[in-house]
Amino acid sequence: MAHHKISVTVNGSVESVDVPSNMTLLTMLREKLGLTGTKNGCTAGECGACTVFLDGEPVNSCLVLAVECDGAEVRTVESLARNGQLDPIQQSVIDHNAVQCGFCTPGVLISARALLDRNPDPSEEEIRDALVGNLCRCTGYVRILDAVKDAARVGAAAGNGGSR
Amino acid sequence: MREAHPGLPDFDYVRPASLEEASRFLAENPQTARPFMGGTDTFVRLRDGFWKETRYLVDVKNLDGRAEITFDPQNGLTVGAAVSMNQVVADPRIRSHYPLLAQAAHRVASYQLRTRATLVGNLCNASPAGDTLGACLLFGGILRVHGVEGYRDQPLGSFFQGPGRTALKPGDIVTSIRFPLPVPGSVGHYEKLGRNVLSDLAIVGVTVLGHPDSSAASGYRFHLALASVGPVPVVLSDLLTQAPLTPEALDEAAERAMEGCHPIDDVRGSARYRKLMVRNLSRRALALVWEGLQSGHRCE
Repeated sequence: MAHHKISVTVNGSVESVDVPSNMTLLTMLREKLGLTGTKNGCTAGECGACTVFLDGEPVNSCLVLAVECDGAEVRTVESLARNGQLDPIQQSVIDHNAVQCGFCTPGVLISARALLDRNPDPSEEEIRDALVGNLCRCTGYVRILDAVKDAARVGAAAGNGGSR
Repeated sequence: MREAHPGLPDFDYVRPASLEEASRFLAENPQTARPFMGGTDTFVRLRDGFWKETRYLVDVKNLDGRAEITFDPQNGLTVGAAVSMNQVVADPRIRSHYPLLAQAAHRVASYQLRTRATLVGNLCNASPAGDTLGACLLFGGILRVHGVEGYRDQPLGSFFQGPGRTALKPGDIVTSIRFPLPVPGSVGHYEKLGRNVLSDLAIVGVTVLGHPDSSAASGYRFHLALASVGPVPVVLSDLLTQAPLTPEALDEAAERAMEGCHPIDDVRGSARYRKLMVRNLSRRALALVWEGLQSGHRCE
């Protein structure tokens, strides 16, 4: 099987990685770069545990080949906190106890951050729509919804739509 | 026992520099090479053990001009093959002139999947449950196809041949889909029944497009497409042209939709349930479109 030498920017750092044709972005992040915050759930694009930013948009990293990411910019859950300061959505998830086992949380955080970036003041329906691809078997979703609503409120109060 | 996290089988990733090179490679390796766009169906099928003969995945999304949406008030809309579902949902020209297409694209899976999934990929995948097939059929979509002998147009009406089967031949690559301008005043609606309200595959999908028509006794003409109730989408054209257009006439048209489909029993629903849901959802969609036509409001 063919291997490919790719250059990809991950969480701001340029990485040169040798990947086989059939390696997914998810596997590259976890096994080549040691970024295990991104989780492997269903491997079918249904659970959303593997959600990361690819060139600024959230994707299921289990359904992207690593070789397709040559020249791309990837951001994972590890990039959300900066200089020891949690992203408002991370803080809100903690404040609302919107975590039980935590397996879905990295994907939820990425989807929620993506939503607040494109729509700083989402309605509950818009939040539900944005998180439909992130399955959680523990929390029942209500606390997650509350956390996203609150992060949006915090962002609105700070005048930055929930962004740092 | 099946692995919890099966990896992708071995294959070579191929990224041609031109459409000619891509078509030639695909035609020379008809059994072992597959084109792919967003990969959202391709990778799942490969992982699930379908397409065991695949040795080459040919990435055709980065070829020239394929990521563009163009709209011309005379000739209509063209959506490039690499345009994602999220781009279709958000595009102001599509929302304004073809809101039914944006609505149907929005019902596909989840936001992060729609970042990668493409409209043309959804059509080429030819799943009878595909959410956008009905809207594309009712808008009269025409695919632009590049093959080893050059370009040709392929009307969508004769494209679907069965689950996962289309009129495409080895070496064919769809480069875009074109839609003529809808009849002025057209109103559309997509009703989807899944196991949950959002994101799931359609147990039944009903797409309705209606428009004013002075040649019809009712003053209107309705077209309807059904998903997940046959090996290919079921289309019923020219409904409700007789006067008067009444709630009873809508009931009859919904009955006709139910009688016009022949679903099977499967894991997502029984044939009988599907037929009843076709009747109920068709009735609802027809009523919403009729309401929209009367009020001049294009329902979404």
